[in-house]
Amino acid sequence: MNASATPPAIELRGISKAFGPVQANRDISLSVAPGTIHGIIGENGAGKSTLMSILYGFYKADSGDILINGRKTAIPDSQAAIRAGIGMVFQHFKLVENFTVLENVVLGAEDGRLLRPSLARARRILKDLARDYGLDVDPDAVIEEIGVGMQQRVEILKALYRQAEILILDEPTGVLTPSEADQLFRILHRLKDEGKTIILITHKLREIMDATDTVSVMRRGEMTATLRTADTSPEELAELMVGRKVLLRVDKAPARPSRKVLQIENLRVADDKSVERVKGIDLDVHAGEIVGIAGVAGNGQSELLELLGGMRPGTGTVRLNGAVLPLEGAGADGQARRRAGIAHVPEDRQREGLIMEFHAWENVAFGYHHDPAYQKNRLWMDNAALRADTERKIGKFDIRPADAWLTARNFSGGNQQKIVVAREIERNPDLLLVGQPTRGVDIGAIEFIHKQIVALRDSGCAVLLVSVELEEILSLADRVVVMFDGRIMGERLPGETDERELGLLMAGVGSQAA
Amino acid sequence: MDKMPKWADVVLIPLISLILAAILSALVILGIGEDPVAAVKLMVEGALGSTYGWGYTLYYATNFMFTGLAVAVAFHARLFNIGGEGQAMLGGLGVAVISLYVPWPHWSVALIAASAAAMLFGAAWAAIPAYLQARRGSHIVITTIMFNFIAAALLNYMLVNVMRPEGSMDPATARFPAAVHLPTLNEILAPLGIPFSKAAPANVSLLVAIGACILVWALIWRTRLGYEIRAYGHSETGARYAGISPFRITMIAMLISGALAGLMAINNVMGEAERLVLNSTEGAGFIGIAVALMGRSHPFGVFLAAILFGFLYQGGAELALWTSIPRELIVVIQALVILFTGALDNMVRMPLERLFLARSRRRRDRGEGAPLPERKPTRPGE
Repeated sequence: MNASATPPAIELRGISKAFGPVQANRDISLSVAPGTIHGIIGENGAGKSTLMSILYGFYKADSGDILINGRKTAIPDSQAAIRAGIGMVFQHFKLVENFTVLENVVLGAEDGRLLRPSLARARRILKDLARDYGLDVDPDAVIEEIGVGMQQRVEILKALYRQAEILILDEPTGVLTPSEADQLFRILHRLKDEGKTIILITHKLREIMDATDTVSVMRRGEMTATLRTADTSPEELAELMVGRKVLLRVDKAPARPSRKVLQIENLRVADDKSVERVKGIDLDVHAGEIVGIAGVAGNGQSELLELLGGMRPGTGTVRLNGAVLPLEGAGADGQARRRAGIAHVPEDRQREGLIMEFHAWENVAFGYHHDPAYQKNRLWMDNAALRADTERKIGKFDIRPADAWLTARNFSGGNQQKIVVAREIERNPDLLLVGQPTRGVDIGAIEFIHKQIVALRDSGCAVLLVSVELEEILSLADRVVVMFDGRIMGERLPGETDERELGLLMAGVGSQAA
Repeated sequence: MDKMPKWADVVLIPLISLILAAILSALVILGIGEDPVAAVKLMVEGALGSTYGWGYTLYYATNFMFTGLAVAVAFHARLFNIGGEGQAMLGGLGVAVISLYVPWPHWSVALIAASAAAMLFGAAWAAIPAYLQARRGSHIVITTIMFNFIAAALLNYMLVNVMRPEGSMDPATARFPAAVHLPTLNEILAPLGIPFSKAAPANVSLLVAIGACILVWALIWRTRLGYEIRAYGHSETGARYAGISPFRITMIAMLISGALAGLMAINNVMGEAERLVLNSTEGAGFIGIAVALMGRSHPFGVFLAAILFGFLYQGGAELALWTSIPRELIVVIQALVILFTGALDNMVRMPLERLFLARSRRRRDRGEGAPLPERKPTRPGE
């Protein structure tokens, strides 16, 4: 490759963007050669998404220039970005669920007022794209009836249909099984071979190492390094992201499981639309062990956690310390579960685990607001006691900023999660339910939260962990259970399996548990 | 990170909104060929220039405090109770029943019983939409509006067919007996040597309303129930996680809300009219929505906003009486205030937020600002 012969496909010069007092991007320069895959890695809030939104015309940079193929280009809106040949695949797909693939591809790019000629033309073009890039999708399939991997292809097709030469993918593997992710990367390489330029935004070190040619690291709104992927290592990238050395593996002693704390038999749980999502599972969790439930999001893990946390009714038998838990009615709500000794770090801390408008100290009581320690009497809350408890937790769990009066919204993702974890762990539960403990949490806080969970396990708590991050499951769990389509596909020990085998189970392929 | 100083949110925004509404109102008055300065003078004189004016202003304000609190409590549970009007009508029915058919030795006992009846009737009227919302998912905005009409029809029926005294042509109850007459501000203040207009209808209910403000504040910010109401209002899934029953909170919040709206009847029915007439609520239930919006659903804000609207009501009545500005235009002025303080809140808020952001950024660039958000000196709800 001769960099001086062809101008870079994208060049950013001194891009800065502030939101109020927050400097989301500070003097960012970046140059991506055409026909390469360039990774951008950084923690949540490092400014990756802001930078890409500037490139796609959602935000206007406060200063700096964008050059496309060496020409200075203004991108005031997404239409301009599309005209400049930039295509974006968002983390959350922007598809019309009850339209066909073809209709979605054409939507917003119709040739005229009549739909039929546009659709006919699109059908021809889609066929060509499928041939050229191996992007096979049935054009007449309805979006809500195809899998997420397919939906993502539709997003890529939409961009290519609009003649994108530069493709930006924002956290594309978040919703994919490992094998779907592999397929995605195969497609990306094919696109690259055909001369397209790809920018891959992710927080997964492994994807950067596997898929990219060059990589840029962002931290606190700045571009801290741009490296050739072949010349770096995951450890170096992690250190660049966080600014200090991090332990990528969880440091823990072997588990010493004892008595059965949780016994689940033939459990069935339906979602809000009365669709059965947990289809008869059996599972035991012992004191002193972490059982990890692996699976692609949407295969019943969330409903399982919600049932155990008292957020959703179900049928079957669930025993806690030998006593049967009611699964519906007033005795099955979150309060009853807490009294029984179950603590719950929910999957979505912003919608469930915290009230974002509440002060930190109000959130410390959330779910435990009936605790006599927080009451003056039956009617009145003892806010002073609550604040004192919060100050103590802030110190112990290193929650920053150390301000009990700050509203939850104003903490970073990692510190929000620390508030939830502090609240739940300090209850010394018999069973801890943990959903996606480190989603949207920076690497430094991940390390801390993992340590806390392991410490709780070592003190004899049973832990049920649900995570879509296979790496997290493999490093944290003592036993891995894979769920697919509401059923348990198999059980493995982390030391005796790998991502490939688990990935097959997660996709519904493979042997039943022995 | 926090956008604006608290004082700007609480004081500056309503003030700017009010000024904008006043400017627009002045233009309207100019448009029909009247003198806006004279009109303002007349309104201020009429509403605040005498104890008579104050007596009316505070009388209206008392109504609006009750209905404003009603809307505010429901707001905290993210329930939009538009039914204050109907609940207040039912409250009137409760007050009338208690006042007419039970012989009372003293007004104070009567007031306690009438308050209880007013709250009970109002709460019962709110309970049906609340149940329909909590169990059947029928939207509370729709059902409470409908219940206003049903309440009006029910009141009409009761007054025409049941409670109208024999031989009367007027769809109203008989006068309440003298024993249930509530002391007016004149009667309360006279022993203290403070002269107050005899003709003005403000009465002891004002003190009840102020007490209700304090109680609602304590409920929302100090009790476990208030904690649960606010949590549910901010996030229903969060409430489910914490084991807070949506059904229970919806019911309780609406019962409290309905009771507060119903309680208004001790002012307008028992304190002023001393009998139950058709349309005795005079739209106070709807004004309550504006009052709650303007008062940011905080009881102290509701208190201030209620007095402002009391001023507008009384000042408007004076305008209609002494100028050729038609009554309809007064409604336009009131509507403008509601529009600017309630509905167009963001119109003022957004540019103001941007202004404060720009200012804090400039300050930070000069190296003055703290890197972390400052510890807030004001504590909302305290």
